[in-house]
Amino acid sequence: MANSQTTSGIVAGRLPADRIAKNFGDLHPAYQPHEAAVAADRCYFCHDAPCMTACPTSIDIPLFIRQIATGTPEAAAKTIFEQNILGGMCARVCPTETLCEEACVRETAEGKPVEIGRLQRYATDTLMARNAHPFTRAASTGKKVAVVGAGPSGLACAHRLAMLGHDVVIFEARPKAGGLNEFGIAAYKAPNHFAEREVAWLMQIGGITMEEGKALGRDITLAGLKADYDAVFLSIGLGGVNALRAEGEDKDGVRDAVDFIADLRQSGDLTGLPVGRDVVVIGGGMTAVDAAVQSKLLGAENVTIAYRRGQESMSASRYEQDLAAQNGVRLMFNLRPVAVHGNGSAAEIELEYTTTEGGKLTGTGETIRLKADQVFKAIGQTLTDAPEGIAIEGGKIAVTGAGRTSVAGVWAGGDCASGGEDLTVTAVAEGRDAALDIHATLTA
Amino acid sequence: MADLTTEFLGIKSPNPFWLASAPPTDKEYNVRRAFEAGWGGVVWKTLGSEGPPVVNVNGPRYGAIYGADRRLLGLNNIELITDRPLQTNLEEITRVKKDYPDRALIVSLMVPCDEESWKAILPLVEETGADGIELNFGCPHGMAERGMGSAVGQVPEYITMVTEWCKKYYSKPVIVKLTPNITDIRNPARAAFQGNADAVSLINTINSITSVDLDLMAPQPTIDGKGTHGGYCGPAVKPIALNMVAEIARDPQTHGKPISAIGGITTWRDAAEFMVMGAGNVQVCTAAMTYGFKVVQEMISGLSQWMDDKGYTSTSDFIGQAVPNVTDWQYLNLNYVTKAKIDQDACIKCGRCYAACEDTSHQAIWMKPGRVFEVNDAECVACNLCVDVCPVESCISMVELQAGEMDERTGKVVEAEYANWTTHPNNPAALKAAE
Ligand SMILES: Cc1cc2nc3c(=O)[nH]c(=O)nc-3n(C[C@H](O)[C@H](O)[C@H](O)COP(=O)(O)OP(=O)(O)OC[C@H]3O[C@@H](n4cnc5c(N)ncnc54)[C@H](O)[C@@H]3O)c2cc1C
Ligand SMILES: Cc1cc2nc3c(=O)[nH]c(=O)nc-3n(C[C@H](O)[C@H](O)[C@H](O)COP(=O)(O)O)c2cc1C
Ligand code: SF4
Ligand code: SF4
Ligand code: SF4
Repeated sequence: MANSQTTSGIVAGRLPADRIAKNFGDLHPAYQPHEAAVAADRCYFCHDAPCMTACPTSIDIPLFIRQIATGTPEAAAKTIFEQNILGGMCARVCPTETLCEEACVRETAEGKPVEIGRLQRYATDTLMARNAHPFTRAASTGKKVAVVGAGPSGLACAHRLAMLGHDVVIFEARPKAGGLNEFGIAAYKAPNHFAEREVAWLMQIGGITMEEGKALGRDITLAGLKADYDAVFLSIGLGGVNALRAEGEDKDGVRDAVDFIADLRQSGDLTGLPVGRDVVVIGGGMTAVDAAVQSKLLGAENVTIAYRRGQESMSASRYEQDLAAQNGVRLMFNLRPVAVHGNGSAAEIELEYTTTEGGKLTGTGETIRLKADQVFKAIGQTLTDAPEGIAIEGGKIAVTGAGRTSVAGVWAGGDCASGGEDLTVTAVAEGRDAALDIHATLTA
Repeated sequence: MADLTTEFLGIKSPNPFWLASAPPTDKEYNVRRAFEAGWGGVVWKTLGSEGPPVVNVNGPRYGAIYGADRRLLGLNNIELITDRPLQTNLEEITRVKKDYPDRALIVSLMVPCDEESWKAILPLVEETGADGIELNFGCPHGMAERGMGSAVGQVPEYITMVTEWCKKYYSKPVIVKLTPNITDIRNPARAAFQGNADAVSLINTINSITSVDLDLMAPQPTIDGKGTHGGYCGPAVKPIALNMVAEIARDPQTHGKPISAIGGITTWRDAAEFMVMGAGNVQVCTAAMTYGFKVVQEMISGLSQWMDDKGYTSTSDFIGQAVPNVTDWQYLNLNYVTKAKIDQDACIKCGRCYAACEDTSHQAIWMKPGRVFEVNDAECVACNLCVDVCPVESCISMVELQAGEMDERTGKVVEAEYANWTTHPNNPAALKAAE
C-alpha cells in the first residue's frame, strides 16, 4: 500500500508526485514584463537611497530599478552584477524583509516596500537567459590566487579576481560547486537547478579553474597553497553542527537539519526522499525553518519547531516565521530538548520549559513530550577545517579590514570568517571585497 | 444632489458634459448609447460637403503616451473628419435629435473656404433640428493641407469671414472651434466674435509626433514605414487648454463671451476647473475613448458632490469664478513671502526634495544625520520644487511669513502692503515712470 501523511516512521512518498512538484515550485513566481514595469514604477529614485545602504553588497537599487522601468533590464542586470555577481541567487534568497526592503521608504510610507528582490530577479533572469556573460577580463597580471571553498563567498572572490586579470584556482571539498547555494538553500527558493546554472554562467568569465573533491586539510594544506600561489582566500563556510546535548541524541531518526536539506537538494526525485510522520525541529534560525517547511511539503503530518527562547529572539525573520506558519508548521517557544525517547529509534522528544532571567536561560523543571519519529538539529553550525596556526575569534577565523587573517597573504570571508551576518549576500560582499584587497596588495 | 442642468447659448442639457466631435460621436449607434449613459450633449463628428467622403488611412491612426501602469496620458491621432456620406449623417442626426429632445446635439462642420459651400450645407443641417453648429477650424492634419481646418483657424480674417457666412445662412447658435496651433489664442477668438459667433470652443488637438520607432526610424503611428504629425489630446494637454480658456475669458475684448472648454478633461475636477475658469460647459473626447461612455457617471456624481459641499445650486453659481484671479505676472504681490516647511512626521526620508533643491534649485535643504531633511530659510526662495517632487502629499507646505517677520534670505522685514513689479526699483520701466 502506498504511504500517506499518516504512515508511521520515516518513509518516502507521503504525497503524490504532482503535489510534491507543486510544493517545491518557485516560491515567488518570476515577474512578467508588465508586472515588472508596474513594480518598478513604484520606486522613488531616492537620493542616497536607504535601500542601497541596507544592501550588504551596496547594489545601486534606484538605478537598476529605473533601468527596468525604462525598458532596459539587461542594463539593470549589469548594474546589479557589478556589485554582486551572485545577484541572481541573492534575488531569490535574501531576507529582503530585513535588508533592502525593510529600509525602503515605501515600507515606511505604506508598509509596502518596492519589491526589490523580485525586480532584481527580473533583471538578472533577463540577462542570464541570454547566457551571455556581461564582463570581460582585464589583461593578465601573471598572479595566481587559490580560493578554498566554492560557496558564494569563494565564487564572488574568484570572479572578481579573474575579472581583474588574476588566474584563480578554486579548491572545493565536495564533488560539486556552489556551497550552500547548492546544498543548503530551501529548494523552493531556487528551483530548476538555478545554483548549478549560476555557477556555470559565472565561470564564463574565464581564468577560473574549479578543482572539485579537493579538501583543505585532506588533499591540500595551507602551507602548500601559500607556496604555490600569490594569495589564498579561505571561504570554507561552517562545516560542523552543534550538538543538542540531550539524552538519546544518538538514536535513529535524530539528524542534522543541514544534512537532511543537502539530501533533499541533491535528490533527483523528491517522492523517494523519506521524512517522518511527526517531525520536531530544534532551533530558531533559517535552517530550522527550512527543514520544517520542507518536511511539511514532503508530507510529514505534524511538524513542530521548538525554540529555546521567545519568538522575539528567533533569528529567522518574521517573514520566514510566517512562511512556516502558513505551511502548517507549529512554532513553539521557550522549550529546550532534554531527552529523545524511543526503543532504538526516536519516538518522542522531551522538552523543558525555559525562562530568561537577566539574559540567562534557565530551565523551569517542567517538561512536555511530543511525538517525534524524526528530530532535526538546527542549532547552529560551527567552523571545522580551519588551518593550523590561524587566529580564531568567537569560533570563526579572525579577520580585520577586507578579510585579512592573522596570516600574511591569507584572506578569509563568508560564514567561516568573523563579522557580518551569515547570509549569502554577506558572503558575496566579503568575497568581493577581499578580492579587491588582494588585487591591491598584489599590484602594489 | 445638486442640479447640473446647464444652459449654454440657450441650449439646455441635463449636465454640462458634452462629447466632443470625434469618434465617440461618429454615428447614431454611438450617440444613442452615449445619451443612454448620461452624457448631456454631443457635438457630432465633423461633416464635410456633399460628395464622395474623405478616406482615412487603413493602418494605425493613434499613438499614445503612457504614465505608470500604462495609464494613457496623451493620445495622438491622424484621423480625418467623418468618412461616411453626408446624407447618412444628416438622417441619423435628425432621428437622434427627435428621440432625445432634452439633450444638446450640435453638428460640427468643415467645408471648403468659400461662401457657396457653406450656403449649400447649412440649410441641410438646419433641417435636422440639431441645436447648433460648431465650425471645425482646428483639425491640424489632413484637412489643413486641403485649405480647411486649422488652415482656416490660423488666419483670423478667414474665421471672421466664415463665421459671418454661417450666421447669414443658419439661424441657430454658431460655435467656433479653435485650434491651439497658434501663438496667441486671443486673436482667433476675437475674430470669431467679430464675425458674430455665439461662442468659441477650444482646444482642438495640438500638432504632435508621439514617438519614434527606433527600429523603423519612423514616427509612430507608422504606416508602411512612414509617419506624419497628428493631433495631441488627452490629460497631457489640459494645462495648455486651461491657459487658452483663461486667456480668452480675461481678455477685455472677449470677457464674458460663452466658451465651451475642451482638452484633456478626464474627471469632474478637470471639468470644474475649466468652468470656474470661464467655460459654460465642457466637451470630452479622450476620456471617453479611453474608458468608454460610463466615465460620465463619475463626472456627474463628482461635480454634484462638490457643488453640494460648496453650497452651489446651479452651475451658473460657479462658472467664471476664478477668472478675476488670473492676472499678469507683473501684478503678483512681491511682498508675499513664503518658506518651504517639511512636516517631519509625514516625511518618509526619500531625499528627493534634497536632490532637487541641492542639484537644481537653491541649495536650501539640509540633509542632517539620520536622513533628517530641513529647509534653510536663509536660502529658500520658495520656488515650490520640493513640494512638487515630494512623493508624500502635504508633507512639505509653503508657509507664509506674516508682515513684520524677517525674511532670512533677504534680511528684510516682510511688508504688509501689496507691491508688484511695476513699481519695483529694479524695473527700468518703473524708474522711468517715476522720473
Ligand atoms: C539550511 C540553510 C538555509 C539558508 N538559507 C539562507 C537564505 O535563505 N538566505 C540567505 O541569505 N542565507 C541563507 N543561509 C546562509 C547562507 O547559505 C550562507 O551564509 C552562505 O552560503 C555562506 O557562504 P560561504 O561561501 O561562506 O559558505 P558555504 O556556502 O558554506 O560554502 C563553503 C564551501 O566550502 C566548502 N568547504 C568546506 N570545507 C572545505 C575544505 N576543508 N576544503 C575545501 N572546501 C571546503 C564547502 O563544501 C562549500 O562548498 C542558509 C544556510 C543554511 C544552512
Ligand atoms: C481620433 C480623434 C478624432 C477627432 N476628430 C475630430 C473632428 O472630426 N472634429 C473636431 O472638431 N475635433 C476632432 N477631434 C478633436 C476632439 O474633438 C477634441 O477637441 C480633442 O481631442 C481634445 O479633447 P480631449 O483632450 O478630451 O480629447 C478628434 C480627436 C480625436 C482623438
Ligand atoms: S528606498 Fe525604495 S523607493 Fe527609495 S530608491 Fe530604494 S527601492 Fe526605490
Ligand atoms: S521651495 Fe525651492 S528653494 Fe525652497 S527649499 Fe523648496 S526647492 Fe529649495
Ligand atoms: S521629498 Fe518629502 S518625503 Fe522625501 S525626504 Fe523630502 S520631505 Fe521627506
